[in-house]
Amino acid sequence: MTSSGTLNPTSAGEQRPDRTLTQKSDNSRRREFKDHVTRWGLLAAMILAMVPLVLIVALVISEGAAVWSWEFFTTREFPPAREGGGYAAGFVGTGIIMLMAIAMSVPVGLAAAVYLVDYGKGWFATIIRFFTDVMTGIPSVFIGLAVYAILVLGTGQVISFGGFTAAVAIGIIMLPIIVRSSEEVLKTVSQDLRRGSFALGARKWQTTTRVVLPAAAPGLTTSVMLAIARGTGETAPLILTAFGNINIVWAFFNVAIGAVPLQVYNGARQPFDPGIERAWGGALALLVIVLVFTVVARYIGARATKAHRI
Amino acid sequence: MTTATETPAAKRQPSQFVSRGFGRYADRLFSAFLVASGTIVLLVLAAMVLRTTIDAYPVFEYQGFWQFLFGTEWRAGFERNEFSGLYGAWPFIFGTLFTSAIAVSIALPLAIAVSLYINFYAPRRLRTAMSYSVEILAAVPSIIFGLWGLLWFVPNVLHPFTRWVAGTIGEVIPWLGGPVPNTNYFHASVVLGIMILPIVTAITREVMAATPPDEIQAGYGLGATKQEVLAKVVLPRSFGGIVGGTMLGLGRALGETIAVLMLIGSSQKVGDRLFANGDTLAAHIAATFQDASPETLTALLGIGVVLFIVTMIVNVIARLIVWRFARSASAGDAL
Repeated sequence: MTSSGTLNPTSAGEQRPDRTLTQKSDNSRRREFKDHVTRWGLLAAMILAMVPLVLIVALVISEGAAVWSWEFFTTREFPPAREGGGYAAGFVGTGIIMLMAIAMSVPVGLAAAVYLVDYGKGWFATIIRFFTDVMTGIPSVFIGLAVYAILVLGTGQVISFGGFTAAVAIGIIMLPIIVRSSEEVLKTVSQDLRRGSFALGARKWQTTTRVVLPAAAPGLTTSVMLAIARGTGETAPLILTAFGNINIVWAFFNVAIGAVPLQVYNGARQPFDPGIERAWGGALALLVIVLVFTVVARYIGARATKAHRI
Repeated sequence: MTTATETPAAKRQPSQFVSRGFGRYADRLFSAFLVASGTIVLLVLAAMVLRTTIDAYPVFEYQGFWQFLFGTEWRAGFERNEFSGLYGAWPFIFGTLFTSAIAVSIALPLAIAVSLYINFYAPRRLRTAMSYSVEILAAVPSIIFGLWGLLWFVPNVLHPFTRWVAGTIGEVIPWLGGPVPNTNYFHASVVLGIMILPIVTAITREVMAATPPDEIQAGYGLGATKQEVLAKVVLPRSFGGIVGGTMLGLGRALGETIAVLMLIGSSQKVGDRLFANGDTLAAHIAATFQDASPETLTALLGIGVVLFIVTMIVNVIARLIVWRFARSASAGDAL
């Protein structure tokens, strides 16, 4: 950025002494200085922003790895003051909740996205699109509260706290994420593919299921995986729907169930060291799950876009 | 595929292009399934809003809606079938708005700086890696930020700093003074700001990367320095996206529960100092839900409704700003 050769556009009425191209203009020193300050200021801000975020990841990894052992994944948690034990109850619970949440939200989410891209015309599609956007902005704790009000209060406790209630809440959190990102993916599927399929005499549903969806499959996988990563780490709605349990629960309905984020939360806010250490271990487990899902999702997505360009 | 020009002979021997049986209805069935799925999204939202509002109605009726919003006294009662407590949610509304405002004012300048740096200064090789790590950090669950904040950041960094501030500047300005508890508005806000930083950055970075290269090159062609290009081409161009990203971050901050709950100290009082214990709408729901009496539960549902309204207002304002700006930007294109 040498500004020694730059010309300064001057406004019409202003009179300035003539100068050659190699002469610096009178304000060039100030402009260069501002440029330098911006450059180093931005670098400083970048470092300032990166430090805490790097620290979080580093600390969770170092503290958590110290706790990880075979036992951590296979035994249930001991009382906070006792050494040993692990988050098996949380892993089983999170697994059950996520399986049910995925089973509920993925088909509906993908179908709604297909509807918005290929089928929905006019005001109804606009309304759905708008309210899906609205749903992405709803706080997760409100979703937990609402699911509690609908399922537990609404049925007079026929359905109670447990895996199913939690899965509904997590599913509702994942649903708008899946819809909106899948919609973007489906939009990128070339219209030529659809027209080619119609020209071969395929019906619309055949075109959708055999041409559009397979073409968009990697991108759709990305969007689903990102939603799963988001759903796995949610804590607040689980307090209101799963209720937590330190025993391993295999039941799907009406038995309060544990989850890794809940155990981390409970471990972090009690005073005994063994419990706190286990909380770091649980946090590392969550971090690994989220990182693996995000990285793999991005990788699949990036490969798909590359393949499309060729 | 049947047309009006069919001959009677063709009717007797149906065309092989006309499908019979299931295939005839498949399209309609499939499309009905898709419409149903789209409708489910609406129904779920409607059910959530209506159900919580209906269930919370008794507490609004008991306190009066405005009294519920702006009353400053929250005293949970323990009755089964009637109300006996006092329910004014203003301390929580104040805490929510206050912490979110601080968090956004911490995160926004940093997010803009980081996106500018990644897009325009970072070595080309590192650019992809950096934008990837921003997106990954945006996906880190809030419980991890809460855990880190509570167990490491606050005791090792933030608390010494705030104690120092309270001891020096706080002597002059009472708002910054007084005792500094381990959990307070400021500590929660800083961790909240760190949490939404990658979320805001992910969007602002993407928007800035989409600045038309011709305009940037045109800026350089006129002899502008890099700083001038950034300030006069890139920032105005990405203003709408910056607002959108900020509002998304603000939405997350308003609704954030766990990280705030661990760091704000759960006091049902409007804090009069920056370093005072406080509470937010979301944190109060999560903190008291598991041992709430039926009466308090209704009040918590009321808080949920208020939280929903607050986040909706933010969302709608964000959408209007982005919409307005998008219009004026496209008008600028036409000129």
